[in-house]
Amino acid sequence: MHVSVDLNVCQGHGVCHMTAPDVFELDEEDGHAIVMVDPVPAELEADAQLAADSCPERAITVS
Amino acid sequence: MRIVVVGASLAGVRTVEGLRRRGSDADVVLVAGEPGAADGVAVDRPPLSKAFLASPDAEAAPLTTREKLGALGVELVPGRAVDLDLGARRVGLHGGESVAFDRLVVATGSSPRTVPGLEPVPGVFTLRTAADAAAIRAACTEDARVVVVGGGFIGAEVAWTLRQLGRPVALVEPLPTLMVRGLGPELGAAMTRRHAAAGVDLHLGTSVAGLEGRDRVEGVRLTDGTRLPADVVVLGVGTVPETGWLAGSGLDLRDGVVCDEHLAAVGAEGVHAVGDVARWHHPRYGVDVRVEHWTNAVETAGVVAADLAGERAVHDALPYVWTDQLGGRLQVFGQVRPGDEVRVVSGDLDGSFVAITGGEGQLRGLVGLGAVKQLMPFRRLLLAGAGWDEALAAA
Ligand SMILES: Cc1cc2nc3c(=O)[nH]c(=O)nc-3n(C[C@H](O)[C@H](O)[C@H](O)COP(=O)(O)OP(=O)(O)OC[C@H]3O[C@@H](n4cnc5c(N)ncnc54)[C@H](O)[C@@H]3O)c2cc1C
Ligand code: SF4
Repeated sequence: MHVSVDLNVCQGHGVCHMTAPDVFELDEEDGHAIVMVDPVPAELEADAQLAADSCPERAITVS
Repeated sequence: MRIVVVGASLAGVRTVEGLRRRGSDADVVLVAGEPGAADGVAVDRPPLSKAFLASPDAEAAPLTTREKLGALGVELVPGRAVDLDLGARRVGLHGGESVAFDRLVVATGSSPRTVPGLEPVPGVFTLRTAADAAAIRAACTEDARVVVVGGGFIGAEVAWTLRQLGRPVALVEPLPTLMVRGLGPELGAAMTRRHAAAGVDLHLGTSVAGLEGRDRVEGVRLTDGTRLPADVVVLGVGTVPETGWLAGSGLDLRDGVVCDEHLAAVGAEGVHAVGDVARWHHPRYGVDVRVEHWTNAVETAGVVAADLAGERAVHDALPYVWTDQLGGRLQVFGQVRPGDEVRVVSGDLDGSFVAITGGEGQLRGLVGLGAVKQLMPFRRLLLAGAGWDEALAAA
C-alpha cells in the first residue's frame, strides 16, 4: 500500500497523525502532513486507511 | 442481501463506500434526498460556513456522483423517504414508490432548528445545504448588515467569517457566553472576548422577540428591547435529528434513532443508524449520546459498514470537533463538562493555546487553538485514560 499527501489540499488538521502516528508526522513549521513510511507496512495499513478516511480535506491518497 | 441506505451526505456516502471497500457484494441502494442538489447528493458541509461563504467563486462539489456510485455497483435513487414499514421491510418514497430491504441504514442526519414564532421572510436564512450557503453569500453584499442568531460553533463561525469579510455583524445568544456547550463557561467566555475584540457586536443573555420588515427583513427585535437593523439574518440555533419519516415505524426515536454500541437500532432487526441521526450507547462514557460532528459521521459509517460486512465493531471513539475562527483552528477532543476545571497548559487564551479540562481526578477534555502540534501529547493521554495529575505533569 502506498500513501501520499497532496500538500496543496492539506490544511494541517493533524487528524492523520493522530490516527496513524507511525505513518504521518506533522511538519514543525506549518503543521502539514509528512509521510513517514511508504510503502506502508502491512501492520500499519488499517491505520493509514483510517487516516485517509478521516482527513477532512481528503488530502491523503491510498493506492 | 439488499442493503438500503437512506440519506446521501457524509455518513451515508461513507457507508456505501465502506461496504464495498470491505468486500461486501450485497445489492446496495442509496436513497438521496438532499434538497436543491443534483441527484440528491449533499456536498461536504464544513466549508459552507468557512471558505465557501468567504469567497464569491468558491464551489462545492457533491460528496459522490452517479458515475462513482455506478462504478461501485451502488444504485442511486434520488428522492425523499417518507415512511418505514419494518414488517414488510420497505421504505416508502415521496411519490408513492417504495424500496425493499434486508438491512436498512438510517443516514438522514439533522436539519436546522427554526425559531418558533419567527415568520420566514426573505433575508432570513438557515445554513445546512450548499444552496443555503450560496443564498447567504449572495445576500451578504458589501454593505449588508448581518445578524446571526445563536452562538454555538456554527453561529460563532459564521459571525467570524462574515466579520473577516468586513461586514457589520451582530450576534444574539441567550446564554452569557458563546460556544458554551462545546467549550464550557470559562473557555467560552475567553473566546467570547475575542469575538468582541474582533468587532462582532455581541448581544448576550437576550433572545429574539421578533422580526421587522414585511417584504424582506429590516431588523431584529430583542427581548431586552434592543432593535438591531438587519439586511441578512442567519439562524444558527441548533439542529434536530431527521426522524420524521420514521414516526410510527416502531423504532425508538428519542432525539435520534436509539442504538446500541454497534449502532444497531434497539428493538428492531437489521436496522442501523449513522452520523448526526444516531444516538448510541457510548462505551467510553456509559451514557447515550448523539454527536453532530464531521468525524463522528465518518467513524459511524466505518463501524456500520464493518458490522454489515460481518466484522463486529464498536463505536467508542473519542469525540472530536473543529471550527475555524478566532484566527486559527479551534479543536476540541473529548467532553468539556460544565463544572469542570480548566487549565491552560500551553500558550495563553489571547493567542494560540492548549487547555485541558476535567474533574474528579480525571482528564476529560482538550481544547486547542492554532496548536495542533502541542495538542498531540495531551490527546494521547486522553485516549489512554490518563488522570488529571498526569496531564498536568506533562504540561
Ligand atoms: C455549515 C456547517 C458547517 C459545519 N462545520 C463543521 C466543522 O467545522 N466541524 C465538524 O466537526 N462538523 C461540522 N459540521 C457538521 C457536519 O457537517 C455534520 O456532522 C455532518 O454533515 C453529518 O453528516 P450526516 O451524513 O450524518 O448528516 P447530514 O449531513 O445532515 O445528511 C443527511 C442527508 O440525508 C438527507 N435526508 C434527510 N431526510 C431524508 C429523507 N427522508 N429521505 C432521503 N434523504 C433524506 C438530507 O437531505 C441529507 O442529504 C458542519 C455542519 C454545517 C451545516
Ligand atoms: S488530516 Fe489531512 S489535512 Fe490534516 S494534516 Fe493530515 S493530511 Fe493534512
